[in-house]
Amino acid sequence: MNWIDTIAQGVLLGGLYALFAAGLSLVFGIMRLVNLAHGDLIVMGAYLILLVVSVTGINPFLAALIAMPLMFALGWGLQRVVLNRVLGPDILPPLLVTFGLSIVVQNVLLQGFSADSQRVGAGALETASVDLGVVTLGVMPLLTFASAIAVIVCLNWVFYRTSLGRAFRATSDDPVTASLMGIKPQGIFAMATGIAMIVVTIAALYLGMRANFDPTIGPARLIYAFEAVIIGGLGSLWGTLAGGVIIGVAQTLGAAINPEWQILAGHIAFLVVLLIRPRGLFPRAFD
Amino acid sequence: MAYRVETRTTASSLAAVAGIVLIGVLIAFPAFAGRGLIQDLFFILTMLVLAQFWNLLAGYGGLVSVGQQAFVGLGGYAMFGAAILWGWDPVAALVLSGVAALLVAVPTAFFAFRLAGAYFAIGTWVVAEVVRLLVAQWKAVGGGTGTSLPREASGDMWGQAAIEALFGVRSAAARDILAYWLALALCVATIGGIYWLLRTKRGLALAAVRDNAQAARAVGVDAGAMKWVVFLTAAFGTGLAGGLIYLQKGRISPDAAFSVTDWTAYVIFIVVIGGIGTIEGPIIGVLVFFLLQSFFADYGSIYLMALGAIGIVIMLFAPRGLWGLFSDKTGIQLFPIRRRLTGGRLAKSKE
Repeated sequence: MNWIDTIAQGVLLGGLYALFAAGLSLVFGIMRLVNLAHGDLIVMGAYLILLVVSVTGINPFLAALIAMPLMFALGWGLQRVVLNRVLGPDILPPLLVTFGLSIVVQNVLLQGFSADSQRVGAGALETASVDLGVVTLGVMPLLTFASAIAVIVCLNWVFYRTSLGRAFRATSDDPVTASLMGIKPQGIFAMATGIAMIVVTIAALYLGMRANFDPTIGPARLIYAFEAVIIGGLGSLWGTLAGGVIIGVAQTLGAAINPEWQILAGHIAFLVVLLIRPRGLFPRAFD
Repeated sequence: MAYRVETRTTASSLAAVAGIVLIGVLIAFPAFAGRGLIQDLFFILTMLVLAQFWNLLAGYGGLVSVGQQAFVGLGGYAMFGAAILWGWDPVAALVLSGVAALLVAVPTAFFAFRLAGAYFAIGTWVVAEVVRLLVAQWKAVGGGTGTSLPREASGDMWGQAAIEALFGVRSAAARDILAYWLALALCVATIGGIYWLLRTKRGLALAAVRDNAQAARAVGVDAGAMKWVVFLTAAFGTGLAGGLIYLQKGRISPDAAFSVTDWTAYVIFIVVIGGIGTIEGPIIGVLVFFLLQSFFADYGSIYLMALGAIGIVIMLFAPRGLWGLFSDKTGIQLFPIRRRLTGGRLAKSKE
């Protein structure tokens, strides 16, 4: 067994998990909302891309560009119509509503697309690889990892360099004072969820191209995303990437020892981090 | 006339009498009810037990767990393990169901309590997944594919022969009746126990923590200890219910026993629709759920879609559920826990 190869694959897999996690982290950071339907929304994004590809026959990357505004609108509307109503000091209503949403999304997909597993075809890209001498890396995993970095750079830029980002941070710190300064928290929340859904679409693109998916795999993606966020420490997107990498490496190492241990190894890595660093590796937020 | 502090109301006294009569009728039920009805009642009773414990966690303890399926599955597997490996009587092995759940709940709580608020929910879910994946590796009870109760265990449980003779039924039907009686006993003990807990000093502390954790701490309530009490109690009860459910089913597999839909989503739905934070709520909720289940379960995914949507709508527009709506209108509480001052001059002015 080639250890370097296994670890390299794990690091790249971590990019995918960081993509899963970035949207979750964004929404939690701004409105303290944990969206239990996050994984199912990723799977829904994958089906949307699949639908666009199969109807128009265009490249999946272009299809994702078409899906993005749709997903943004969906997230915006979801926040406006449903989630804004349940935000508050009590954590119970948002949790139960997003849990209900998770069940609804899963079953809508099951009804619309059946339980058969699907895949977004990416042509030659699926098997293309780069030989780096020590290891050979797939182009698709490399693209995933690069996209994760790009998404994090973009989100950080929006957060710390734009007026929208200032509004995000202000609302996150203190919605009441922010609204005295002319910011409408409700609108800011809707915008944040919309942006999170664009990230979800990017995650969905790679989820769909890299492996088979079916309507029931959402909750597992939510759990990986959540683990990456907690390992990285709340409020730090680079930390989230590190968290994703840790889960990814643990999974590939586990799988290399015994294929049945792949998922288990990821969870155990999470529990170990939680045991020694309860606030994650690079915590920034204090709640 | 002296002042008195009491919680009892007319409605609650009537409910207590009606409850005792109902329990009596339910005990006698197998004498005249068919096997199908007994199985339906068993389903209602066990779901009610799960719902009451989840309600204790989330509604009173503020601990929204999405990982209770870990304890249902553990309960089932502990019972199967004892029956298959050690040849225990499944009824006796039920004790192990509760104990196994309790033992795993201690490290679970240790991890999950490190996660604040909403992250607690997903933390419990991760633990449930870990438990499921570990149990799927346990080859002696069938690994990932699961196993059935051996014939000598499922056909010769304590009391089964007596029930066969008493009602003149076959062994399988006798097992259903036995499981039904055990479920009835567990359900009565659960509701009675939770009601008792809520009326004690601990219950008062629990309500204080739920309403305002900091204020409760300021008057000397140990909020951390209350969380442990609630979490471990719920795990023990959920484990017992899990063991009982799989005693009746007679077959277990990791995917079914650790199903988040069957043991957590349905349970949350029951509590939310009935009314979270009340004892009456889950009772109403389980009846509504049973009716929906028996009429619409054949529609599969559309049915689940509708359940999810109903849950969302209730949470948005009637967050205290059906019982909350009823109770707000009428002021009736069947399990009152609020202490009221009565007697003396207060008795004249009605509250």
